[in-house]
Amino acid sequence: MLLSDKDRIFTNLYGIHDWALAGARARGDWDGTKAILTMGPDWIIDQVKASGLRGRGGAGFPTGLKWSFMPKSVGERPHYLVVNADEGEPGTCKDRDMMRNDPHKLLEGCLIAGFAMHAHAAYIYIRGEFYREAERLEAAIVQAEEAGLLGDDACGSGWPFRVYVHRGAGAYICGEETALIQSLEGKKGQPRLKPPFPAGVGLYGCPTTVNNVESIAVVPTILRRGAEWFAGIGREKNTGTKVFCISGHVNTPCNVEEAMSIPLRTLIETHAGGVRGGWDNLLAVIPGGASVPLIPKDICDDVLMDFDSLRDVKSGLGTAAVMVMDKSTDVVAAIARLSDFYQHESCGQCTPCREGCGWMARVMHRLVTGDADIEEIDILEDVTRQVEGHTICALGDAAAWPIQGLIRHFRPELERRIRARKGSSGPVQVPTAAE
Amino acid sequence: MSAAPKTIPGAANTPFAFTAENQVEAERIFAKYPVARARSAILPLLDLAQRQEGWVSRAVVEAVASMTKVAPIMVWEVATFYTMYNLEPIGRFHVEVCTNLPCWLRGSEDVVRAARDVFGVEIGQTSADGLVTLSQAECLGACVNAPMLQIGDDYYEDLDYDRAKALFTAMKQGRHVNGGSQAGRRCSAPMGDLTSLTTDPTTPEGGRWTAESSPAAGGGADGPR
Amino acid sequence: MPKLTIDGIEVEAQAGMTVIQAADLVGIEIPRFCYHERLSIAGNCRMCLVEVKPGPPKPQAACALPVADGMEVWTQSDLATKARKGVMEFLLINHPLDCPICDQGGECDLQDQAMAFGSDRTRFREVKRSVTEKHLGPLVKTAMTRCIHCTRCVRFIREVAGVPEMGMIGRGEHAEITSYVEEALTSELSGNIVDLCPVGALTSAPYAFNARPWELTKVESIDVLDAVGSAIRVDARGNAVMRVLPCLNEDVNEEWLADKSRHAVDGLRYQRLDRPYVRENGKLRPASWEEALATVAGKLLSTEPDRIAALAGDLADAEAMVLLKDLLDALGSPHRDCRQDGAALDPDDRASWLFNPTIPGIEDADALLIVGADPRREAPILNARIRKRYAMGGFPIGVLGPAKDLTYAVEDLGNDPHTLRALASGSHSFWRALSDAERPMILVGMGALARDDGAAMMGYARRVAETAGAITDDWTGFGVLHTAAARVGGLEAGFVPGPNGRDTSRILEGTANGSIEVVYLLGADEIDTAALGDAFVIYQGHHGDAGANRADVILPGAAYTEKNATYVNTEGRMQRTWLAVHPPGEAREDWKIVRALSSAVEKPLAQGSLEAVRARLVEVSPTFAPGNEGQVVPAEYSATHRGFSGRLDSAPFVSPVVNYYQTDPISRASRTMAACTDVYINGKASADKRTGTDG
Repeated sequence: MLLSDKDRIFTNLYGIHDWALAGARARGDWDGTKAILTMGPDWIIDQVKASGLRGRGGAGFPTGLKWSFMPKSVGERPHYLVVNADEGEPGTCKDRDMMRNDPHKLLEGCLIAGFAMHAHAAYIYIRGEFYREAERLEAAIVQAEEAGLLGDDACGSGWPFRVYVHRGAGAYICGEETALIQSLEGKKGQPRLKPPFPAGVGLYGCPTTVNNVESIAVVPTILRRGAEWFAGIGREKNTGTKVFCISGHVNTPCNVEEAMSIPLRTLIETHAGGVRGGWDNLLAVIPGGASVPLIPKDICDDVLMDFDSLRDVKSGLGTAAVMVMDKSTDVVAAIARLSDFYQHESCGQCTPCREGCGWMARVMHRLVTGDADIEEIDILEDVTRQVEGHTICALGDAAAWPIQGLIRHFRPELERRIRARKGSSGPVQVPTAAE
Repeated sequence: MSAAPKTIPGAANTPFAFTAENQVEAERIFAKYPVARARSAILPLLDLAQRQEGWVSRAVVEAVASMTKVAPIMVWEVATFYTMYNLEPIGRFHVEVCTNLPCWLRGSEDVVRAARDVFGVEIGQTSADGLVTLSQAECLGACVNAPMLQIGDDYYEDLDYDRAKALFTAMKQGRHVNGGSQAGRRCSAPMGDLTSLTTDPTTPEGGRWTAESSPAAGGGADGPR
Repeated sequence: MPKLTIDGIEVEAQAGMTVIQAADLVGIEIPRFCYHERLSIAGNCRMCLVEVKPGPPKPQAACALPVADGMEVWTQSDLATKARKGVMEFLLINHPLDCPICDQGGECDLQDQAMAFGSDRTRFREVKRSVTEKHLGPLVKTAMTRCIHCTRCVRFIREVAGVPEMGMIGRGEHAEITSYVEEALTSELSGNIVDLCPVGALTSAPYAFNARPWELTKVESIDVLDAVGSAIRVDARGNAVMRVLPCLNEDVNEEWLADKSRHAVDGLRYQRLDRPYVRENGKLRPASWEEALATVAGKLLSTEPDRIAALAGDLADAEAMVLLKDLLDALGSPHRDCRQDGAALDPDDRASWLFNPTIPGIEDADALLIVGADPRREAPILNARIRKRYAMGGFPIGVLGPAKDLTYAVEDLGNDPHTLRALASGSHSFWRALSDAERPMILVGMGALARDDGAAMMGYARRVAETAGAITDDWTGFGVLHTAAARVGGLEAGFVPGPNGRDTSRILEGTANGSIEVVYLLGADEIDTAALGDAFVIYQGHHGDAGANRADVILPGAAYTEKNATYVNTEGRMQRTWLAVHPPGEAREDWKIVRALSSAVEKPLAQGSLEAVRARLVEVSPTFAPGNEGQVVPAEYSATHRGFSGRLDSAPFVSPVVNYYQTDPISRASRTMAACTDVYINGKASADKRTGTDG
């Protein structure tokens, strides 16, 4: 069932209306915030748990549960909320629109979430390239402070709360929460060992929770409309609304907020104008950002867009960034391009990722032209297994999975290219992606 | 593809100091962090210095190190880790074309070709007149508006060969082009008719409603000041 | 105490331990590259992956995983070994297979682990990475293509050495280890990164291509180039010392070694006194032992005993000093001193000249006052211990003296000696920090004691200790930092003026005015030789340095690597060197020379063997009892019952160690130390910087 506008949270996602405080308030932002805070941290966390909200940054960890890991009272060390706005997963561009068009949803979410975890400060870590979006956030913060919504007595609740914007400087890895903390501390974005987890030792060694922009920005609306409302959308354990980013070979690429568990085909055909050349021209979809394995058309036909359905087909919802590839796509080159990306973005800390990403990318490029031996497909698959699960953070996994998906679903194509090259004297003619 | 790192920061012709205006901005940056955590200001200070100087020279590295009370190597590690810092002087405009998958699927190669045709540069090069440096960018997070590129602080979206060529030609002629979609789209909405968000968002049907059971029900827009 | 099993073996570990430490407890070796028990945990090499239950279905890094009760760890399971083989493959794909021309060959962790976990063929068909060399100074040679990015060097330099000059720049497969702008590392401990490097990326520059480990004979000994007495291993090939490496001694140097102690050893090859010399017509000429000894004997016997004196230098061993003392007694001269710098040390009050808190005891202190010392340059290893304590937190450090760049934050108390009086009277603010501490510590250096007002300095410094609560039943927080390996041994052996004897300054006064006619210099080179006047000078030692230059007769002795000899370090820890190579040419062990001389003057000493000499040492001081070897023999601290004399001079403190790299005849003869002096003291760019030969 399609979502109606009544149930949409990001009602200014496309920036049609006024982003600023007046417009935001007209859309209901900051409605009864003080009354929500009055219910206390435990109530807020319970409601978020009851809503079934799972983290929107890719991993899908239950948000309320994550908040409950924070110490129940503040000791010598202050608590921090950190918002992960380092949006950089290829295919993903949802947080950007939330921040530039609905910034007050995020700020209100910061206050409520921060209050629930006994924090007096939130840092929004926004990728450095989002300069205009950072400007917009800074302006919204000034508006909220001037209106008393943030500041020494946020919303008249008696709770001092401030939000700061911190810009990154160009590193995908800073989307990993501990790398983000390192970066916020002025260091290289190299993920930390866990344990200790940020809820114990995070920013400046203090208890910290890091949440994706969307995870925080939906919270005020959930608390206004009720946890059961959110939980009633989608399927069990896969609840709520979700902003999808539909890119690639569709007729009208767009972001859209839809119900969790919407069928992939419905999503594409309802909102993105369908696959270029029709559904039957579909080759494959990467359904959750660059890090998840692609799924070929036959799976796309009826798969639902949620955490568990996509996991069942050995892919993942990730950031819900749907990258559509039609039959004109050189799918091997497409995955090779992602391998280049991971090679470029590996922080260089762990051996398997530092050495493995470059190795995988180089083999991938030879597979594009078929300049390889058949046995190298298995070697490559084995190398991805040697990277996967062997590193401090998940970037190694993210580099491995797209290749595993390619080999799983397109092995005959890889073999065909190798054979074709061995049989011919010149390079193989491969179609290029765009036209 | 990433290149081998620059191991030693480049020497600037002149010593570095923040302008009075940027010094004020630097103070504003420091104020965001706890007093004992001045190191957090390294990234924004490097950015501020780059906005002033165009690039991050050795003088910048050492000035930022001294302002944040860390050893210069700590700042240099940061400067070489993040891609937004220019470790050498660049052209007046930094044209960064995203070539990652979503942009590539929709023709980022045509955008690069347009840059080549207009400016006569390959990726990694600066034009002879010093006007532009052309770079390849990884995903810039505007994927539904692909292909796209970044110039300075602005994104230019929904490009194809012709639109990119028009943009570059304008730059060459010294004409300003506003950022955003070059195809007339509004943000990330689909081209043509909207498929969602067609209802007035200030109405309950458009999404402004509160459940009876919510503590916010009594609040309303007149809640806090 | 959590109980876990590792490979089925039950281990009782301490809470807070990691799995790799628990495995080490029971002798299960989990392979590792980045992990080092004295550095922070990086967890980046991933070599120590093990299977853990309960837990996620992927292997865990044993170095970073805290132990938990009921944990089951498998280090040899299929999951673990497969993961490890994978990591090893990744480490090797970009590592050059240049072991035959790599100095690390034969003592390389990567080589060893590759034998265990590596494949004999490669699946990597791409081009290997190459990385340009980095300049890190005159001591560390780089071959950065071999680097496996374990960051041990970076962590050591930042954490232990305390000079944040190294880092990993760039990212991903292009990450590189370097020093900032490739400046030479300024640490006096930089050589340790060569030991820490698990591959051949960082190797010893002075030792480059000199020897292979299997060619070397290895002798464990102790270092004498400062007063710390670090445990060392002397590696020799034939009769040449090829290198010196640190040995483990938790109580002294842990496993570190200072750069001079490690790299001055090429000085053992140059400027050596390898045969006796006699001055004739103003010029030294080679002589036979018989002739040299006869010349000395003739001079000694023809001179009034009261006009004969002896000074022992900084490298003299206790055996030679006790015999020379006995010989002087036999000749009837009371004029001798082992304090060639004139330090105001009361030979009878042992607690007043020992580093009583001991080196490991630094970690128990909770406040520190440094007076007239530069521990970073006078004793880098001891300074590293101070830094270690500092890093634990809650350790205010005040410095009264010239050196403030000690690798840790200090409260600058200026450089005015009168401040010490304010501290002694309790009127100075830092006195409060000391008295608030439970175990305050006062460290007094030769920059305070080896000056004319040294006795007053000693008195005031002791008074600070006594009034600030540094002296209690179980804590003696007063410590003297010596700069010479020989000093405490000389004081223990009684190489100090006898009844009515002259001390150093009065001996030199005597030589200048003619009242002392014969001076015996036992390796004494740090004196003003101009003050020797017209005296007849006998120099016994191993290097042609200041003393030998002025000598009338030279008796060639043995350096510390060439003799079995006893030294007592600044703590009062009696330790022994072991002969690793023989003295060059006709040079002889020092005690034997003194004994031979005693025969030549027909007052033969009874001790005809090393054992006998050592027995004689025990008679003089129980510190030398064989059972005390390696131990600190504590001193009983008694309060300053006698009033101390003298007024404080207002001249600022000056450290005796101006140039860390050249402090003694050996390091002054070392070309490596000369190169370090050029770079670090004279500020010259070293010759190999940026030559481009390796790029």
